[in-house]
Amino acid sequence: MAYRASFAIDLAVNAFVPLLDVATVIVLFQVTPDIGGFGADEVLVMFGLSALCFALADVAVGQIEKIRIFVRTGLMDAVLARPLSALGQLLCADLPLRKVSRVAVAFVILVVAVARAPIELTPARLALLIVAPVAGAVLFGAIFVATATVAFWWIDSGEFANALTYGGRDFTSFPVTVYGRVFRYLFAYGLGFAFVSYYPTLALLGRSDPLGAPAVLAWSSPVVAVPAALVASVIWRFGVRRYRSTGS
Amino acid sequence: MNVAFVSSRVRVEVATAVALARAGFRRYATYRQATLAAAATNSVFGFLRCFVLLAVAAADPATPTAGYTAEQLALYTWVSQALIGVVALWGWTDLSDRIRTGDVVSDLLRPIHPVLSYLYVDFGRAAYAALTRFVVPIAVGALAFSLYVPRQPATYPLFVLSVLLAVVVTFAARYLVNAVGFWLLDTRGVLMAWTVGTTLLTGLAFPVQFIPGWLPTVIWVATPFPSMMQAPLDVIVERGSSLSLVAEVAGQTAWAAVLLGLCWLVQRRATAKLVVQGG
Repeated sequence: MAYRASFAIDLAVNAFVPLLDVATVIVLFQVTPDIGGFGADEVLVMFGLSALCFALADVAVGQIEKIRIFVRTGLMDAVLARPLSALGQLLCADLPLRKVSRVAVAFVILVVAVARAPIELTPARLALLIVAPVAGAVLFGAIFVATATVAFWWIDSGEFANALTYGGRDFTSFPVTVYGRVFRYLFAYGLGFAFVSYYPTLALLGRSDPLGAPAVLAWSSPVVAVPAALVASVIWRFGVRRYRSTGS
Repeated sequence: MNVAFVSSRVRVEVATAVALARAGFRRYATYRQATLAAAATNSVFGFLRCFVLLAVAAADPATPTAGYTAEQLALYTWVSQALIGVVALWGWTDLSDRIRTGDVVSDLLRPIHPVLSYLYVDFGRAAYAALTRFVVPIAVGALAFSLYVPRQPATYPLFVLSVLLAVVVTFAARYLVNAVGFWLLDTRGVLMAWTVGTTLLTGLAFPVQFIPGWLPTVIWVATPFPSMMQAPLDVIVERGSSLSLVAEVAGQTAWAAVLLGLCWLVQRRATAKLVVQGG
């Protein structure tokens, strides 16, 4: 009984998190009608998609943040001694079910945003609405895993991974048009964050990219998610092997 | 009470404060890698926030947005990222950790009031952050963007005072949030309220003035959050009249006094509770 009440509190507390972020977007639109050439309803679609992708990835792979604690306390050695996948053990050590409320709230925000935005729902766009969150979640998940691997080398610098994970979530909440060129190349194209919410939103709205990307890119987030996952798993395996061999 | 007694008491107090501050400084100075990583993270977020706020301002380049020009907003975002480490908005659990392990009892046995001892240590921590986490984002921001440069000479000393007050206000608030652990085993609700307040109301995500209507005034007067960050930020970007800036700093002073008083009260009740429980 006590656990159920405690879990209910956890769910409620976690539900606030996407609400805080959407509050920021709403407040910004109180002082301007337009951010980066997109109106409030359009940016809210981008935000909703970004929040949903991030929340899904957080539930699935978010536990990998714990690797910092595992490495520092030496628990990582116990994990590696077992004949099971190290990644699997880390992720299942403590399933973050409480974060499911973040997924639910983000989903509601996305649905409301899509309803308010000038979107003509075709079967293709409906399919995109189902596929894009999953693809975006895979992309975020790949970033989570790849940046967590840094903990194998620099435990205390694991904090910097937040810049790419939570930074990525902030980045994808707004249209890529607001960012300067170098920053955009790094985050939007280099790390692939433009495929999480910006391109899918362009496809949903039927708008062409003000930055001149070909229309087909707007639909290709699943195509980018697969290689991202592969790269992340390679980085992870390399990190584990290196950690094992240095005989910590 | 003659002058010699008072002056020697003051000297002892100052010596204690300095000693504790130095201890705090040294302790945080050992976290070199973490400090570097945090400064780098602040810089990345500086870029993210700066671009977004500049885009907000760009919709109407001629008129300032809620009293801020584009350059002022740019300086605002970078100094806000620089100040996060100095005021330590998040991640301070010294008191609640010691409550949980019971070590807090030894704090109560010392001849110095626990609130003061934690405060002096926090000054040391803030001093180290001022040398490291404060400087890096501002340097990065200045290189990458054209930042507003404060014109009035009075701005700089007022900014230093405002930052000092912000450290005190944030410390006292953090202390209170930690002290909840004296009574509650489950502090999640309090921590979420803290997250909501520090994210939305300190001026970190957006200047409080962006909120329409009379709500910003209520937030300034009824909550300590803008006094934690927004006040020094407004001072350094020289937003509005000097009178309004002085009023903001005066508000900080008031909140610092109120919160420290609350800390003292809470500590007294906590001590009584611990003594009754045989701690």
